[in-house]
Amino acid sequence: MSDSKILLEVRDVAREFDVSKPWLSRVIEGQPEQILKAVDGISFTINRGETLSLVGESGCGKSTVARVICGLYKPSRGEVIFDGVDMAKAYGAELQNLRKRFQMIFQDPYASLNPRWRVGKIVAEPILSHNLIADPAALKKRVDELLTQVGLSPLDAEKFPHEFSGGQRQRISIARALSSNPEFLVCDEPTSALDVSVQAQILNLMKDLQREFGLTYLFISHNLAVVSHISTRVGVMYLGRLVEVAETKRIFQRPMHPYTQMLQSAIPDLKMTGKQRTPVAGEVPNPLDPPTGCAFHPRCPHAFERCKVERPILIEHPDGGQVACHAVEEKRISIRLAA
Amino acid sequence: MTTPLLQVKNLRIEFPTRRGTLVAVDDISFDIAPGEVLGVVGESGAGKSLTGAAVIGLLEPPGRIASGEILLNGRRIDNLPFEEMRKIRGREIGAIFQDPLTSLNPLYTVGRQITETIETHLNVSKAEARERAIKLLMETGIPAAEKRIDHYPHQFSGGMRQRVVISLALAAQPKLIIADEPTTALDVSIQAQIITLLKKLCRDHGTSIMLVTHDMGVIAETADRVAVMYAGRIAEIGPVSEVIHHPQHPYTVGLMGAIPNVGDDVERLTQIDGAMPRLTAIPSGCAFNPRCTRVSDVPGDRCTTERPSLLPAGKTQAACWLHDKNRTSAAGVSKETSHV
Repeated sequence: MSDSKILLEVRDVAREFDVSKPWLSRVIEGQPEQILKAVDGISFTINRGETLSLVGESGCGKSTVARVICGLYKPSRGEVIFDGVDMAKAYGAELQNLRKRFQMIFQDPYASLNPRWRVGKIVAEPILSHNLIADPAALKKRVDELLTQVGLSPLDAEKFPHEFSGGQRQRISIARALSSNPEFLVCDEPTSALDVSVQAQILNLMKDLQREFGLTYLFISHNLAVVSHISTRVGVMYLGRLVEVAETKRIFQRPMHPYTQMLQSAIPDLKMTGKQRTPVAGEVPNPLDPPTGCAFHPRCPHAFERCKVERPILIEHPDGGQVACHAVEEKRISIRLAA
Repeated sequence: MTTPLLQVKNLRIEFPTRRGTLVAVDDISFDIAPGEVLGVVGESGAGKSLTGAAVIGLLEPPGRIASGEILLNGRRIDNLPFEEMRKIRGREIGAIFQDPLTSLNPLYTVGRQITETIETHLNVSKAEARERAIKLLMETGIPAAEKRIDHYPHQFSGGMRQRVVISLALAAQPKLIIADEPTTALDVSIQAQIITLLKKLCRDHGTSIMLVTHDMGVIAETADRVAVMYAGRIAEIGPVSEVIHHPQHPYTVGLMGAIPNVGDDVERLTQIDGAMPRLTAIPSGCAFNPRCTRVSDVPGDRCTTERPSLLPAGKTQAACWLHDKNRTSAAGVSKETSHV
C-alpha cells in the first residue's frame, strides 16, 4: 500500500453506449450509428477517509461513473487508478486483492438482495468469494458481528430479505459491503428509496461506520440536502461532464458555475427564509445530441460566443475548488453569496 | 370566517382482507378554505394518498370508506352514485398524479385529452374548446402551444408532461385540485419550475389545493397549512411556518430533525428509531408510542392505552397527551374508562 493521500484517481474517463437501431433497420432507413456519451471525459481524485459526492439530474452520468469505478462497466477511454494501481492493467491475484478493498451499495434494497437466500448467506458471500474466512464457526461469528454493527440482530441471519423493511434491507446491504473489510465504498443513491426518518438512520449509520473504520466514500445522489450533510467535497455533473468540484461548504455557500447556482437555488427552502432565487429555465438537453461547446450554454444566462464553440475545462479557482466555465474564468460572473 | 370548501369529518378507510380488516385511515378530520393550499405530509403507508383518493372518489376496491363524511361546498360527496361523482370529478375537483406518463393516455394527442375534458364539463363548441386548451397550455408555460397541442404525450419531456397534466386538471376550472406527489418523479430544477407554476395558477384562479407529498421542502415552499400524518392518523395540523419552526408533536419534532438541510452544520441527524408500524399491528393508544422518547413525560400509561385526539398546542394542533392542559384530572378519567 502506498502512503499517498489519494486513494482513488479517475483520469479522463469516458463511457459510451451504442444505442443505434439494429444494423438492418439502420441500413434500410439510412441512419448513422448513434452513440450516447454517458460520461464524457471526467477526472477527479478521492482522498483517504473523505466522502466525495457526485450530484446531478437524471441522465447526467453519475451512476455510470460509479459503475465504471467498480468495474461493472469498462471505460471507453481513460484510467481508474486505485491506490496507485491502474485497474485496467491489474490481473488475477492482484485484481482479486484490489477488488476486495472496495464494495458497492445500491439504490434499491429490494432488487439488490437475492430473495431466495437467507440474510446470513448474503452477508457471508463476499467473505467466501474472497476466501477470507474458511472455518464455518468463525464465519458465523463474523456475520453476527457484522449484523450487530449495522444495528440488526444476529438472529436476523436466519431470515429472508422479504421479512425486512426498506431501511433494514439497506442495513443488510451495508453489512454485506463491509464484510470483506473494504476501505472504499461506492454508494449509488443509497437512501433515495427510503423515507426521511429511515434515511436519517442510514446516513447516521454510514457516518458512524466511516469514523470507526476510516472508510472512504464515493456518494452518488440527486438530493442536494443529503449531499450537503454527508460529503467532504462535492462534484457537480451535467451531461456527462464535471462542471464544478469543491469543498461542500464552498459549493453550497458560494456556487460558482451557473449550473451549480441554478441547482442551489432550486433546493426547496425548508427554513422559509424567502431567499432570492435564480429563475430556473429550460430542461436538460437530449444527451444523444448534446450542445456544442459548453453543454450548459443553451440554459445559461451568462453564455456568449465562446461558450458555443469551445468546451470549457476544469481549472483551479483561486477561491478553492475547480470550475469549468468560461464566464467564471473571465470573471464575468459576480459570485453571489447564498443566504 | 368563510365556510370551508372541503370538509372531511371523521374519515375512516378500511381494507377488508382475509386476515381481518385493515384500517388504513383512522378517524381523520380537516378542512380546506377557498384558495388555500393544504399540504398533507407523511412517510410511506401513512395514508396520505388514500385520503386524497377518497376525496376524489377514486378509492380502489377493496378499500372503502367505512365511516365519516366528505363535504364539498357543504354538499356530501362521499356517498354519491358513480355517475353523479363522475360529474364532480374534473368539474369541481381536479387531480394531478405523480407519474405524468401514466396519467395521460398515450394513444391520444394532448389536445384531444384536454378538449374532451372541457367539452364534457362545460357547454362550449369544439372550436371554443380547442382555443381554451391552447390558452391553458400557454398558461402552464408550454412553448409553441398551437403546435404542441397536436402532439402525443411521448413527444413531451417529463417536466412538460407534468405541465400538460396541470392544464388537464385546470381545464374545467375546478375549485379544488388534489395533487398527489406532483413533483416526485421530476428533477430538482424541474420541480422548482412546477412548484412556482402551481402556486401562480392557484393564486390566479383562486383554486384550493390538497397537496399530498412526502417532501417537507415542497410543502414549505407551497402550502399555507400542513397536516402531518402518521399511521393513518393526523399527528399535527397547523400553519406551515409554525409546524416547521415550532413543531409540537414528538413525531413532527423528530421528522424535522431527520431532514438534512443545506447550510446546517450538524454532525448527526435526529434519529427516530424503529419504523412506521404495519397496518396489521398498529399499537394501542397513540400509534407513535413505541418510537416516542417522551412517553415517560405523560403520567400513567395514557400513551399506550388511550388514543389522543387533536389538542391545541402552541399555534397548531397536535394529537399528543403532552398537550393536554388538565393532565392530572384527565389521567384519572382515563383510568376509569379503561377499566370499563
